[in-house]
Amino acid sequence: MLDKRMSSAEMVAQLSDGMTIGIGGWGPRRKPMALVREIIRSDLKDLTIVAYGGADVGMLCAAGKVKKLVFAFVSLDAIPLEPWFRKAREAGQVEVLELDEGMFQWGLKAAAFDLPFLPTRVGLGTDLAELGGLKTVQSPYADGEILIAMPALKLDAALLHVNRSDWRGNVHLFGADVYYDEWFAKAASKTFVSCEELVDRMEDHYPEQAQANIFERCFVTGVVEIAGGAHPSSMPPLYGPDMKAFKAYADAAREPGNWLEVSDRFVGASEADYLAGIGGKEAVMQTPLAIY
Amino acid sequence: MATLAELCIVACSEAFRGNGEIIATGVGPVPRLAAGLAKLTHSAELMMTDGEAYLVEDPVPLGPRGYDDRKPAGYLPFSRFFDSAVWTGRRHAMVTPTQIDRFGQINLSQMGGTHKQPKTQMLGVRGFPGNTIYHPNSFFFPAHGPRVFVEGEVDMVSGVGYNPAKRIAGGNYTAVDLRLIVTNLCVMDFGGMDNAVRVVSLHPGVTFDDVQSATGFTLVDAVQGETPLPTAEQLEIINRLDPHNIRTSVIKDNPPAHRSMG
Repeated sequence: MLDKRMSSAEMVAQLSDGMTIGIGGWGPRRKPMALVREIIRSDLKDLTIVAYGGADVGMLCAAGKVKKLVFAFVSLDAIPLEPWFRKAREAGQVEVLELDEGMFQWGLKAAAFDLPFLPTRVGLGTDLAELGGLKTVQSPYADGEILIAMPALKLDAALLHVNRSDWRGNVHLFGADVYYDEWFAKAASKTFVSCEELVDRMEDHYPEQAQANIFERCFVTGVVEIAGGAHPSSMPPLYGPDMKAFKAYADAAREPGNWLEVSDRFVGASEADYLAGIGGKEAVMQTPLAIY
Repeated sequence: MATLAELCIVACSEAFRGNGEIIATGVGPVPRLAAGLAKLTHSAELMMTDGEAYLVEDPVPLGPRGYDDRKPAGYLPFSRFFDSAVWTGRRHAMVTPTQIDRFGQINLSQMGGTHKQPKTQMLGVRGFPGNTIYHPNSFFFPAHGPRVFVEGEVDMVSGVGYNPAKRIAGGNYTAVDLRLIVTNLCVMDFGGMDNAVRVVSLHPGVTFDDVQSATGFTLVDAVQGETPLPTAEQLEIINRLDPHNIRTSVIKDNPPAHRSMG
């Protein structure tokens, strides 16, 4: 049987310096944080990160892993401004391509369909096109409309955290919103998935929930079970965002303000070490869901 | 006695009057309460979410509540927000950018410095470029001043305005539709010549000169009267939608609706 199980270290070993890596989820929600932590523990560098950003982006910037960031926002919701991302930006530490949220998913779709670009009106009348070097294209039809050509956001790899998977990469994504995880998977050459629950054969366990398979296993390269793997971000319906942890993380950006002094707390020497530091996965599962 | 925040909520709710079956999005306590108030009073046809992913016919109250207290009537997650609400034009958003200029261009991304190294990094442009080219938008500012209503142009144009110099020939700008600006001083719109910003009502005790001197660009005086005070029914609904009184923290010192009473 097709078996895509691997460790998170084996996933990271398939990445290399300079790669473009997409990270699923949205702000402080459904982020594959265990995989992000594994990247921070590795020697990888000069990455281009493509994300609807939260602490994934802040941590990778703080750890010096990011050469370029493709983003529409970076936020922790209740802490609107991601402090480590701000530090990196205000130090001029990363190159950026700033996009509108809708253009961003449009670029993933262009990549998914192997198109060079998709046309959109979004970006016209703003500074985005000039700052991002985005070109225009003219409709070849009678209307002749000038549109922004949103370039494909082709990813070398995508990282996702999902509710369930089986060994073959049949994933189930549910919860109130699954954001654009499907399109990250399809835009990427390889997609690495961590999950809350791993089963051998999905059809033997959850045949009645096949509609939660929002993208197909041909888009999945590797799977690993990491319960609590989205912490401190949320993973509905299991657990909410750990705002206490986010606050400690945000406070640390001011005092001491030096990532090297605090990375042990927020990354840990290993995932087991990290989990132990936050009270174990039981503590993660007890974090209440967010009220918006 | 109504507070200034409550008066602003009522003024903001007017932006959503008669909008039809569209998604009313209010970001921040005052705009959100305004959208809920509009739906529960004059515009029941409005659609809105619980702030997460579900469409609700009863606006959800602000602040802590039971996660399952919302009663979903429909579903509008971010994963289809652009398909359904934004890029179809079926939405009216009311938001609070960091800066706005005389063209209605807004900024919530960065201030000062360069794009490579801004002096102050804020949120990023979020969905503003798409919102402003596709559907109506209104604005609420709790602290009307020249650092918000800037002289010249905003530091980073995150949302489309009526600036002819920013419009590439052949682009389609027909859906650019900036409606109301409500602040702690007044209500304004873009109804002047070439969409110039004009003051259409002053909050009780505020003069046009007060507003002009708090604004970095020249305003058109089109004042038709005083911004109405909330009615008892409106206050009751606002209270119900904001059981934790989050609205009291929006405007500095939570002043009364009438300025001279402060």
